[in-house]
Amino acid sequence: MSTDQIIMGIETSCDETAVAIVKNGTEILTNTVASQIESHKRFGGVVPEIASRHHVEQITLVIEEALKQAQVDYSDITAIAVTEGPGLVGALLIGVNAAKALAFAHNIPLIGVHHIAGHIYANRLVKELQFPLISLVVSGGHTELVYMKEHGSFEVIGETRDDAAGEAYDKVARTLNLPYPGGPHIDRLAHEGKPVIKLPRSWLEEGSYDFSFSGLKSAVINTLHNAEQRGESIEPADLAASFQESVIEVLVTKTLRAVKEYNVKQVLLAGGVAANKGLRAALDDAFKEIPEIDLVIPPLSLCTDNAAMIAAIGSVAYEKGKRSDYTLNANPGLEI
Amino acid sequence: MKVLAIDTSNYVMGIALLEDGKVSGEYITNLQKNHSVRVMPAIQDLMRECNVKPAELDKVVVAKGPGSYTGVRIGVTIAKTLAWTLNIPLSGISSLEVLAANGKHFNGLISPLFDARRGQIYTGLYGYNEGLLQTVKDDRNVLASDWAEELKQREEEILFLGTDLPIHESVIKEIMGEKAKFAPYTSFNPRPGELAFLGIHKEAEDIHTFVPNYIRLAEAEAKWREQQNLK
Ligand SMILES: [Zn+2]
Repeated sequence: MSTDQIIMGIETSCDETAVAIVKNGTEILTNTVASQIESHKRFGGVVPEIASRHHVEQITLVIEEALKQAQVDYSDITAIAVTEGPGLVGALLIGVNAAKALAFAHNIPLIGVHHIAGHIYANRLVKELQFPLISLVVSGGHTELVYMKEHGSFEVIGETRDDAAGEAYDKVARTLNLPYPGGPHIDRLAHEGKPVIKLPRSWLEEGSYDFSFSGLKSAVINTLHNAEQRGESIEPADLAASFQESVIEVLVTKTLRAVKEYNVKQVLLAGGVAANKGLRAALDDAFKEIPEIDLVIPPLSLCTDNAAMIAAIGSVAYEKGKRSDYTLNANPGLEI
Repeated sequence: MKVLAIDTSNYVMGIALLEDGKVSGEYITNLQKNHSVRVMPAIQDLMRECNVKPAELDKVVVAKGPGSYTGVRIGVTIAKTLAWTLNIPLSGISSLEVLAANGKHFNGLISPLFDARRGQIYTGLYGYNEGLLQTVKDDRNVLASDWAEELKQREEEILFLGTDLPIHESVIKEIMGEKAKFAPYTSFNPRPGELAFLGIHKEAEDIHTFVPNYIRLAEAEAKWREQQNLK
């Protein structure tokens, strides 16, 4: 009998139906994702009911594809990890109930895991974690600084008080009439422009690691509006560059400060906005000057929602003895 | 032949195990509680009581809606995942048809119904022919008053049933008079045992593409289509 730990991960918290199989917590055997983004584009955002319907259409297909690609049989699987929250409740329910059915059918341990913990653990698929560490989590729904002193231990030291960074990106993109999802478009446009427009930085009170992006978002909207009223035109690329510069400056500065105060060995970037080229470059630059701190930035495929990250946190949760029973439910507001 | 039947499409949650033509276990509740938390433990308990292991199942039957979108998805997701992973056939039965089976001794046609808010119902028209339940009119989402007007034109007496019947009973009675009959309360809960029987001979679905019968488009989808037509 093989002594490898094989974890199947299932993720359906938003608009990706994803199943992955990960060996010993670090080695991806397969990372299968069926994206619904094309279906939601026409609505300018994810429609929860439609996301849930697509998950039902895709779920067994994606599981089958993952098993085939990984060439793994149920008897090889140590445990099934599934995102129980946070996310869209109707969407989460599909993954949770499919996971329960698989676990029951084959008598495999079931583990409900946290989506953001998953994003952080995507990094472990790139490089072994070194503690203590700080993770900067930036996605459509989250902007957080998370301190970890050991595996499976998460302490949120800062979080957004209003909009998540990704949300601000989407709203600014809409103001600039860019297609959904807006983040990548702003990122691209920002590289074509210059940050010449003065926009605020929201530092909040001294020493705070919290974030706030709604003021910046309003400033962008007002800038456009005022220019329009004066009959002036604003170069969208410059506005995108100025907006992006403000977001990134705050993210990077707060991360740097946390890294020093908490005396960490490693910094991890996590979440969908981690795909942002501007943010990646700025972090690279900032940490070049402190080479004793290891900066880990996962490849794009591991930044956006995927199930390999769910299997990766599932691996650690399994080692720590966490098990879920069949009353496991979708928990849209789950705390890390 | 061992058949597992699952119905989570409305408030009534039902699980049944059918073994060689007899219902060996049946579990029904009619509670406004979360199916997602309760249905899998219920399946596990019932199968354990009946001493049946998942690998011994020969077929899964599920109530495929109409009903609560979320509710029906829970049952369908569990049913299709179980059937697929155990490599056994899956059949989907209309949730209304399951309810109609409770009227099998009525001499006329049967209109099972679920409330669909704002005076609307999910319903269809069913009838027994030589002991077999048949669909006379397909499942639909309709105003209770329109449906009553339509059924008034028919010759047969119509039996109405369902836990939501009290919401619509007076409207139906007013329009249809003596032609409308109302089933006793004890026949209002869809029976998972009936679901299992209805599913035995029903042809197998393509499991991967099997989805609930929502009857209605998602609201955003309906609006989007409307806009496309206006263009
Ligand atoms: Zn995410």
